[in-house]
Amino acid sequence: MSIFIDEKTTIIVQGFTGKIGSFHAQDMIKYGSNVVGGITPGKGGQTHLQRPVFNTVREAVEQQGAEASIIFVPPAFAADSIMEAAEAGIKYCVSITDGIPTQDMMKVKQFLRKFPKDKRMVLTGPNCAGTISPGKTMLGIMPGHIYKRGIVGIVGRSGTLGYEAADQMKELGIGVSTSVGIGGDPINGSSHRDIFEKFEQDDETKVVLMIGEIGGSQEVDAGLYAKKQMSKPVVAYIAGLTAPKGRRMGHAGAIICSSGESAAEKVEMLQDLGVIIAPTPSAMGETIANVLRKR
Amino acid sequence: MDIHEYQAKEILAGYGVRVADGGLAYSPEDAVQRAREIGGDVWAVKAQIHSGARSKAGGVKICKSYEEVEVAAEAMLGHRLVTQQTGSAGKVCLRLYIEAGTKIAKELYFSLLVDRAHESIIMVGSAEGGVDIEALAENSPKKIKKIQIDPAVGLLDFQAREMAFYLGLEPSQISPAVKLISGCYRAMCDLDANMIEINPLIVTEGSGKLMIMDAKMSFDDNALFRRQKVAELRDKSQEDKREMAAADRGLSYVGLDGDIGCMINGAGLAMATMDMIKLAGGKPANFLDVGGGASAERTEKAFRLVLADEGVKAMLVNIFAGINRCDWIAEGVVHAVKKINMKIPLIVRLSGTHVEEGRRIIEESGLPIITATTLAEAAEKAVAARNEQVAKEAKEAA
Repeated sequence: MSIFIDEKTTIIVQGFTGKIGSFHAQDMIKYGSNVVGGITPGKGGQTHLQRPVFNTVREAVEQQGAEASIIFVPPAFAADSIMEAAEAGIKYCVSITDGIPTQDMMKVKQFLRKFPKDKRMVLTGPNCAGTISPGKTMLGIMPGHIYKRGIVGIVGRSGTLGYEAADQMKELGIGVSTSVGIGGDPINGSSHRDIFEKFEQDDETKVVLMIGEIGGSQEVDAGLYAKKQMSKPVVAYIAGLTAPKGRRMGHAGAIICSSGESAAEKVEMLQDLGVIIAPTPSAMGETIANVLRKR
Repeated sequence: MDIHEYQAKEILAGYGVRVADGGLAYSPEDAVQRAREIGGDVWAVKAQIHSGARSKAGGVKICKSYEEVEVAAEAMLGHRLVTQQTGSAGKVCLRLYIEAGTKIAKELYFSLLVDRAHESIIMVGSAEGGVDIEALAENSPKKIKKIQIDPAVGLLDFQAREMAFYLGLEPSQISPAVKLISGCYRAMCDLDANMIEINPLIVTEGSGKLMIMDAKMSFDDNALFRRQKVAELRDKSQEDKREMAAADRGLSYVGLDGDIGCMINGAGLAMATMDMIKLAGGKPANFLDVGGGASAERTEKAFRLVLADEGVKAMLVNIFAGINRCDWIAEGVVHAVKKINMKIPLIVRLSGTHVEEGRRIIEESGLPIITATTLAEAAEKAVAARNEQVAKEAKEAA
């Protein structure tokens, strides 16, 4: 299977009956995702979008064998929902919700670490567009039709910039194995590096595209991992060349606080680590095409 | 969200942290009155602005008479102070904090921060306080100690002790230091702070007491919904007017010093588009993320916001419609352009869901909108249009 999810993966929606949850659940079902139900505490026993509603994630896991979940719960309650999913035995969770307090995310990460690694739920997001394995399944809010099925693994912090990349690739006839949004927050479930590990092990992925941005050290950490542990070529674009220091550029995580966090510094370090740089955001597709030609 | 020094000190004093006597003043007369109330013969007059590095910008004055207090207050109040951290516009000083002068034996540095890499709160200390900590970290990293705090158990006393000893304190000062450090840590957790910085933390001459001389606190915007009291400390006079207006309308806006206005959906795509403008030889006037659901109403608001900057010579709209639809966005753009009397060139690039319909709506509108299909083309056209506009304006002026 592709990383994390495929057409067989049983999916539940947390925040199922709300406006946003309903809208995207319908979209996922239309795409072919195997949505087996959803959670809205207090509405257990009802049916929504021809699927059962549960009060707790545990019931959904026990009765429907749910493996993956997607979270549309408002930010004040989202951290709790993520931990509920982890405790109930969900394997893979995407948190779409943005605006979760930083200290709540610290708690979530701490909570996840108490599980042994083979039983630990993988979380991607919060504040992301989700994950898609084109032609198989979609666990997210992206426009599924812009992704062509193929061999490039995409990992990125930004939603629309990820769409831009997929679109450029489709124009050139290049497809995607899985695209994972890790979100624009300072503390997120999985890092670029975590996703690199999965892509390295994945038979369907032959090349990896990392779409990074200013702030933090995740892109460089991933680059270090790629140099030491990866056989597959890595292409990267880092957004935020024009971003001034100390100003938050939309994403809570996109802020240059110390040295090594600017786009120019990240590009330089990644180049030194052997990562192929897409020099401009409009050259992401082209740079991938060049790498594929040389294979 | 940032708060003022005096607010941070009030909060920390509530957590058992020792601060010097002080009071708030809104006028030079107030300032003298505060000095009289505090007593003594030395006072510090401190400008309350959301910025560090105030001393070098004339924002902190040590005064030895009431006359000096009045003169210092006069010089600061109502003025914009430009520090290394404020940018050239500076920040307006509308409040002063008058504080009892304290004789200092030692200046130390102490802070608590959210450490992204370790996903925890980190404690940072140095025996060399009162300096630019970033420069110290760069030049002599060995003079700084960092201790990770495990979120599961919180700050432990031995960690606070370890920090206190590292700061070079006497045995008799260790227990008060532990109290001070744990007070700061509790404030950090209770109030969802992102940062508490005490620089300097001082040891007083003679009595050897620990006291905080300057304090900065900043809070997690995402947690303000549950920290009503913190949210009430917001001082709008310290914020950029346009950024504030944008935030109140649910838009994310950052003003920059270029002249090509931008409206984009998604923070990453917005940064990437600004990069493309720069690579094409132009300079973006702003960062503006209109978010996923760019409705007609939202589009109009965003247009007004971008165009309120009189330095803008051309405007670029770049929307990748995901769950949104290009035809809806095109309608919003046409509506906004018709409603607002635009005097500068507009470049629109649409991509994604229903892109053909979107482009057709723009074309059939009969409006002088320049269109582009790719990101690179959009940026190049925006820079070219900006150059033409500048030339045109120069000609009209001559």
